[in-house]
Amino acid sequence: MSERRNGEVLLSVDKISLAFGGVRALEGVSFDVLEGEIRAIIGPNGAGKSSMLNVINGFYHPQEGSITFKGKTRKQMRPHFVASSGVARTFQNIALFKGMSTLDNIMTGRNTKMKRGILWQALHYGPARNEEIENRGHVEKVIDFLEIQSIRKTPVGRLPYGMQKRVELGRALAAEPELLLLDEPMAGMNVEEKEDMCRFVLDVNEEFGTTIALIEHDMGVVMDISDRVVVLDYGKKIADGTPDEVRANQDVVDAYLGVAHD
Amino acid sequence: MFYREAGQFKDSYESDQAIFPVAQDRWFVFGVVIAAFALVPFFIGDYWTNAVLLPLLAYSLAALGLNILTGYCGQVSLGTGGFLAVGAYTTFKLVTAFPELNFILVVLFSGATTAAVGVVFGLPSLRIKGFYLAVATLAAQFFLVWMFNKVEWFFNYSPTGQITMPPVELFGVLITGPRAPSAAKYLFCLGVVAVAAYAAKNIVRSRIGRAWMAIRDMDIAAELIGIRPLMTKLSAFAVSSFYIGMAGSLYFGVWLGSAEPIEAFGIEQSFLVLFMIIVGGLGSILGSFLGAAFMVLLPIVLKNFMVDGLSMAVVTAKHVEIMSLGMLIVFFLIVEPHGLARLWQIAKEKLRLWPFPH
Repeated sequence: MSERRNGEVLLSVDKISLAFGGVRALEGVSFDVLEGEIRAIIGPNGAGKSSMLNVINGFYHPQEGSITFKGKTRKQMRPHFVASSGVARTFQNIALFKGMSTLDNIMTGRNTKMKRGILWQALHYGPARNEEIENRGHVEKVIDFLEIQSIRKTPVGRLPYGMQKRVELGRALAAEPELLLLDEPMAGMNVEEKEDMCRFVLDVNEEFGTTIALIEHDMGVVMDISDRVVVLDYGKKIADGTPDEVRANQDVVDAYLGVAHD
Repeated sequence: MFYREAGQFKDSYESDQAIFPVAQDRWFVFGVVIAAFALVPFFIGDYWTNAVLLPLLAYSLAALGLNILTGYCGQVSLGTGGFLAVGAYTTFKLVTAFPELNFILVVLFSGATTAAVGVVFGLPSLRIKGFYLAVATLAAQFFLVWMFNKVEWFFNYSPTGQITMPPVELFGVLITGPRAPSAAKYLFCLGVVAVAAYAAKNIVRSRIGRAWMAIRDMDIAAELIGIRPLMTKLSAFAVSSFYIGMAGSLYFGVWLGSAEPIEAFGIEQSFLVLFMIIVGGLGSILGSFLGAAFMVLLPIVLKNFMVDGLSMAVVTAKHVEIMSLGMLIVFFLIVEPHGLARLWQIAKEKLRLWPFPH
């Protein structure tokens, strides 16, 4: 990776604790994401990585702690607010809308940008049609960027896994996010698909200046593309720093190699 | 060969997003609509209108409404009969209280009232899904029919408990009641259904339609990309009920002329309309029409075939008709679970290549 970028703090989570009944998923986790960087969240299975993204998304509401996004501090987030203020995400298990075409799936990513009421839409005339065409233009840019022109009208249920992952990234990109949360974007892919996906993640970061927070299990990928890495284990943060710092951290090595917890 | 879109180039998003992007589709639909408006009225008599065309149109509109809710937004409803009743009773109360009111407004207002009722019964959908929601909407069905049966104000204190449609004129032509000309009734219903279908097609390919389908396919992902589940589900209930309410208005006002709640708006109607959209194709505007045609026309065809063709006794024919209808539904669902609309789509794909195999 090139030199570290030091933007403003875009998102910071402060002492987040989340419990489901007796299960403590996150305990006092704090870290920040700087504008324009690629931030990786890693950790063994069950470490609380996806829970962390769900907290940022407003899908889970933490019992303690606060989240600061773009300078505003909140106890918890609401999904609609988060989406409309510029956070988009992809999911660990593909969460596309199976009955819809690629184009329609990516169009849903622009849902928060479209405002016309149902009567205009019923007429499909004037402002509603202009809005539709304008947003279609944005979606086509995303389609070109991800090189999925040929599957534009294909129902996503019929696409192979790697393509579905790409469409899902497209749906997130269509929202023109400032912060993109990627939950295991390379899971289950072969080497070639992984390389493609890495290229897209880096290109998104460089071309659009989008800040990216990603969860990934492939250590090679994480160490290669991320600027800073935060490591979670059993709901606690055990390390935070550049890939090199993290790689040298004894706690991280222990967590991955399975030394007994005391 | 007959259905080739080769050579039809789209040079703007506008033309690619047209309602029928393929020229053959455009001409076919155009032809059907013109024929339905300009040719059919000259050839129909009372029998055709009352036994075939009016029920076909009224049920198509109801199926369209239910398809919006169940097919597009994925919320199962068994309250269709009750919502038809809301539309019908609103129409009845309006035309008896304000005989001068334009009937188009009456139909729209019936839809609006039903939409409001639908939203109230749609509120549980935020918490409960699938079969459980179906049971909750069943409550709407029984409650509404019970209410129209019990509260005398709704049927203007008539001793029989029935409601009867007074003759209503639109632009100087009678369109309801037994003395209204068949062609006028037919054209009025056709006009309402055509406009409603056009609007529905537009809505489902716009933002709101995509939000409905997103909620149907993966509600959590939809919520996290900024679609509000409550608003989206309630808008589906509202639009769906609006359509079913208008259907109820045509069903009672123009087709039946008089109705008694338990018989005309019972649970059988809810199931009938649900069968229509399942047989026709969930999540398809065309499917709503195909399904309604299947369920309305097939019994008539079967009956005529058995009574006139095989000279069977009417009673026997009725039983055989019910059995064969059931078997045909099962047959179609096994052969094509996505409904008649999907069969039509497959036929189009085949026609692209025919007579060549690849």
